Amino acid sequence: MTIEPSAARAAFETEAAKRILITDGAFGTQIQTKGLVEEDYAGTLGLTKDQKGNNDILALTKPEVPESIHRAYFEAGADIAETNTFSANRISQADYAAEELVVELNRESAGLARKVADEFADKDGRPRFVAGAIGPTNKTLSLSPDVNDPGYREIDFDYLTQVYAEQAKALAEGGADFILIETVFDTLNAKAGIMAVKQVERELGREVPIMLSMTLTDLSGRNLSGHTVEAFWYAVRHAKPLTVGLNCSFGATQLAPHVAHLAKIADCLTMHYPNAGLPNELGEYDEMPDTTAGFVREWAERGLVNVLGGCCGSSPQHIAAMAKAVAGIAPRQLPTLETKTRLAGLEPFIMAA
Amino acid sequence: MSDQDFAAAASRFVNIGERTNVTGSARFKKLVMAGDYPAAVEVARQQVENGAQVIDVNMDEGLLDAVEAMTTFLKLIAAEPDIARVPVMIDSSKFEVIEAGLKCVSGKPIVNSISMKEGEEPFLDAARKCMDYGAAVVVMAFDETGQADTKQRKIEICERAYKLLTGIGFPPEDIIFDPNVFAVATGIEEHDRYALDFIEAVAVLRKSCPHVHFSGGLSNLSFSFRGNETVRRAMHSVFLYHAIPAGLDMAIVNAGQLDVYDQIDAKLRDACEDVILMRDPPADSGFETATERLIALAESYKGKNPEAEKQAAEWRSYPVAKRLEHALVKGIDAHIVDDTEEMRSELAANGARPIEVIEGPLMDGMNVVGDLFGSGKMFLPQVVKSARVMKKAVAHLIPFIEAEKEAGAKAKGRIIMATVKGDVHDIGKNIVGVVLQCNGYEVIDLGVMVPWPDILKAAKDNDADIIGLSGLITPSLDEMVTVAEEMQRAGFDIPLLIGGATTSKVHTALKIDPAYDGPVIHVLDASRAVGVASQLLSDTQRDPYVESVAADYESVREKRAGKGQSALLSLEEARANGFAADMAEKPAAPAQPGVHVFEAWDLADLAQCFDWTPFFRAWELAGTYPAILDDEVVGESARNLFADAQKMLQQIIEGQWFTARGVCGFWEAKRDGDDVLLTDGTRIPFLRQQVKKSRDRANFCLADFVDPDGDWIGGFAVGIHGIDSHSESFRAAHDDYSDIMLKALADRFAEAFAERLHQHVRTELWGYAPGEQLTNEALIKEQYRGIRPAPGYPACPDHSLKPMLWELMDVEKKAGITLTESNAMWPTSAVSGFYFGHPESQYFGVARIGRDQLEDYAQRRGIDLATAERWLRPNLD
Repeated sequence: MTIEPSAARAAFETEAAKRILITDGAFGTQIQTKGLVEEDYAGTLGLTKDQKGNNDILALTKPEVPESIHRAYFEAGADIAETNTFSANRISQADYAAEELVVELNRESAGLARKVADEFADKDGRPRFVAGAIGPTNKTLSLSPDVNDPGYREIDFDYLTQVYAEQAKALAEGGADFILIETVFDTLNAKAGIMAVKQVERELGREVPIMLSMTLTDLSGRNLSGHTVEAFWYAVRHAKPLTVGLNCSFGATQLAPHVAHLAKIADCLTMHYPNAGLPNELGEYDEMPDTTAGFVREWAERGLVNVLGGCCGSSPQHIAAMAKAVAGIAPRQLPTLETKTRLAGLEPFIMAA
Repeated sequence: MSDQDFAAAASRFVNIGERTNVTGSARFKKLVMAGDYPAAVEVARQQVENGAQVIDVNMDEGLLDAVEAMTTFLKLIAAEPDIARVPVMIDSSKFEVIEAGLKCVSGKPIVNSISMKEGEEPFLDAARKCMDYGAAVVVMAFDETGQADTKQRKIEICERAYKLLTGIGFPPEDIIFDPNVFAVATGIEEHDRYALDFIEAVAVLRKSCPHVHFSGGLSNLSFSFRGNETVRRAMHSVFLYHAIPAGLDMAIVNAGQLDVYDQIDAKLRDACEDVILMRDPPADSGFETATERLIALAESYKGKNPEAEKQAAEWRSYPVAKRLEHALVKGIDAHIVDDTEEMRSELAANGARPIEVIEGPLMDGMNVVGDLFGSGKMFLPQVVKSARVMKKAVAHLIPFIEAEKEAGAKAKGRIIMATVKGDVHDIGKNIVGVVLQCNGYEVIDLGVMVPWPDILKAAKDNDADIIGLSGLITPSLDEMVTVAEEMQRAGFDIPLLIGGATTSKVHTALKIDPAYDGPVIHVLDASRAVGVASQLLSDTQRDPYVESVAADYESVREKRAGKGQSALLSLEEARANGFAADMAEKPAAPAQPGVHVFEAWDLADLAQCFDWTPFFRAWELAGTYPAILDDEVVGESARNLFADAQKMLQQIIEGQWFTARGVCGFWEAKRDGDDVLLTDGTRIPFLRQQVKKSRDRANFCLADFVDPDGDWIGGFAVGIHGIDSHSESFRAAHDDYSDIMLKALADRFAEAFAERLHQHVRTELWGYAPGEQLTNEALIKEQYRGIRPAPGYPACPDHSLKPMLWELMDVEKKAGITLTESNAMWPTSAVSGFYFGHPESQYFGVARIGRDQLEDYAQRRGIDLATAERWLRPNLD
């Protein structure tokens, strides 16, 4: 079986060698500003449950909303559009009785991001990329939801792999260049995502590069399944990802030590998109664009990053401020790692080879 | 090799724990066969504590379902951070077992093993799978003709495997060769070279296959000395002493049981060395072969097992209070019941009460956990484990505490706890729950992702004193407001406690407190929960406390006054954008107008149109009926529950436990603005959506579906009677399960009655859809014409419209359903509402309304502004 290499990967790596690339910012908070009501979300789909809050469904019911957000981020200077598909998987959509729409949702979302990306690329000749975003779902493969039954799991690896494969395939078919497995709170979920993308590559006969983004749940630098950043990297390195990095959970200041650590151990591009600070007492993010941009510029100046963007609470203003702040700063150089066996439990384990 | 070089090589040497291997450990095998997984998990913990850097897990035993045992064990150790910190070696001769294991391991494991036994293709297929899952592999020196025994065969097979693997892109550093350690000193001459062949083959392969590692199972080597631990340990140590410099860099060993080469009895060490390196025994030894000499020598070491008992974990010798703390901090539940009991009897001997075990040593231990977590020295999964240990300890103490209670004390109060919808985090909630239970409160924990109807239902069913909500993610803040709003709508007045990482006093004061008239208290952490609960449930302290908190929140609000909201239309504008139904399509007058009474609807008929999905949801089984019965995860529980439900359903029907009483009526009416005016002069006021619509959507009001030039409207109320006596007898028998089942079924009967009656209305009584032929599925999906909105629900949020329906149909007398002062229905399994027959009528939510509509509504409704405000608070700013 031959797998055709991804041209987008080559183009991305060429661009990333020249400069620090910019991915986009938050979608949820941008959608909130549009003041949509149930009818806007529900459209004429006739689904049996309320759709308000189902941001991903807008690709079908109000596509002009995600489209305008993609446009705003490209105008702010983004090189990458992340599709508005964080929850567009069968498990999450079941909450909205929209699971039968998963394929259509992802195709449309990828298609509209593709359209806007191509429009901008045609305008100024600078390549723009589409990353098909895959969220973690609200289920976890590594932890039991029942304190008294630690061996219990709500779902299994094969089921989650199928769920992810359905989404990833539709995203790739819809025009996504890469699959972004993001907000990884459970490393085993991410491994199911990698397995799914590999299946999709075989079905489509072409490479679908993976971007991986872990999310920390405590300041000691572990995710919910308990993995340290380094252990996570070793557990997913077989994906040969285009980028690896961190997103969400904390603001840039809290992520800094982990960004620096990953810069040393990742032999691929790094991409980080922190929240706009920590939420205030009302659960709102109020870090100003220049503040966030100031933090990530420090990373750039220290040569720690290749791609930057924003997560919760960030806006096109944040992205524009970041793009401006890191313009002209040289991107991170990839380290050459010694050949060693890198295993992982919750903590890394390295054997000299 | 110099001592220094050896020390360097040895320091890189990886110990793989072998005690969690049913083929290597009789004890582990016994535990797994007996299903004693908690003890089996302890074996793994001990290995890691003893220094195993990787743990080998093997379940290959003929009488075991190896897939089941492997996945069960791997999932259990995943929940033990002390164990899961090290990588796992998934060990099986069946790839099916290995693959099942790979699906449970979240880090990067080692697969042990794959080989060319079945040929190149199966070998490469297995290797590709290992790459897809992200695993290193042990490759056994085994080919189509068999296991490699000689040095030459070992080298040939491994080199061939190396070429094949690197050919498909397998990272060479992720290959570990196992060139087969076989038993020596067996008395068979061909076996004498085995150890030496192994060592020499490794030395060659290390150069010809860059980056690979070498491993071996040591226990095979000394197989002929089974039962003689001293000799076996010496053989292993000596073998390693020579194999490590050659390139062996990992081995499956009992990490706690290796001797230091220099400290082995010199005579024994020399004898082992001769056997392993295939040297002749010294001429003066009197033995022909090295094997004979070792066998003879071994006799003198028989029966000695110096280390066996030394392994008793040190912490077990601590004083009992310290042991409890250790168990809590480490999350070890193996001895917790014994230790708790020991603590309890110790305290009892000094005249202390059982509750003091909780308030003293156990809480002290939990405080240590809290401090470690707070300072980032423990992380989430460990805290979950500590909570589990705590629960087990408390469970043991509860009967003692209960026994004490009968002597006078009673439960201090009943608290419903839940993590709100959309959130999976419940550790904080569990800890608060444990703390409250420990202090004599009854805690009913609804679990995680609990939608508000379940919280309210549980509070209602259980007659709770307090509701506690928890959440960790920011969207949970909104959901908590929803719960508060719904509590308000449902007429609750019990205190609502808010807790969890993203909650705050400010948010509680600004967003949650105003949504609910009862006390709302933000609880900063678990340690405050008891103080808050005791003040709220105290006759004397409650009012002053609630007032002081309310005043505090009011001042917070004042400071934060003036935040923007989404735009509202004026009532006039909203009316101008009302829904224009095509009145040519309005239904004809009812075939049988007036009021109809149903004394006892056939229960068997109602059972035909149950919507079972909410029934399963009531039992926290997620899924849609009937698919849920075959669900991979909850299918079995769902089937068992369903069978029990069917059994009780039959008893209910045959024994006529319930009486389904209902009433409905139709009245000539016309629309008058946003009111519906009946010919007897009754004015039913409805509310209109006022939130600004983004597109050409209308601002709906139920009155829009009624013709101003003359039309009809209907109403109904149905209730299920007869629960109480059965419920009481179940509870008297401590049969909570049947009691909950009974109530859940009564709810299903009420819902089914509403559905069935609506159908009867459409086809017969009102008769606008005489030919309607709908399956039960279609009924559940509401694929029919007309709606039946209920007072208190989104389209018609004012609960106080119920008394109007009651009067129109004399519901209390005709259906026996009464209203509480908050307009809740009794019996609780009851449904009431209005009928609208227009084909364009539809459900919607009124949502937020403006002051102008509030004032207008109060006037239309004939009530004062304050009363209107009270009923409509959830819809106000």
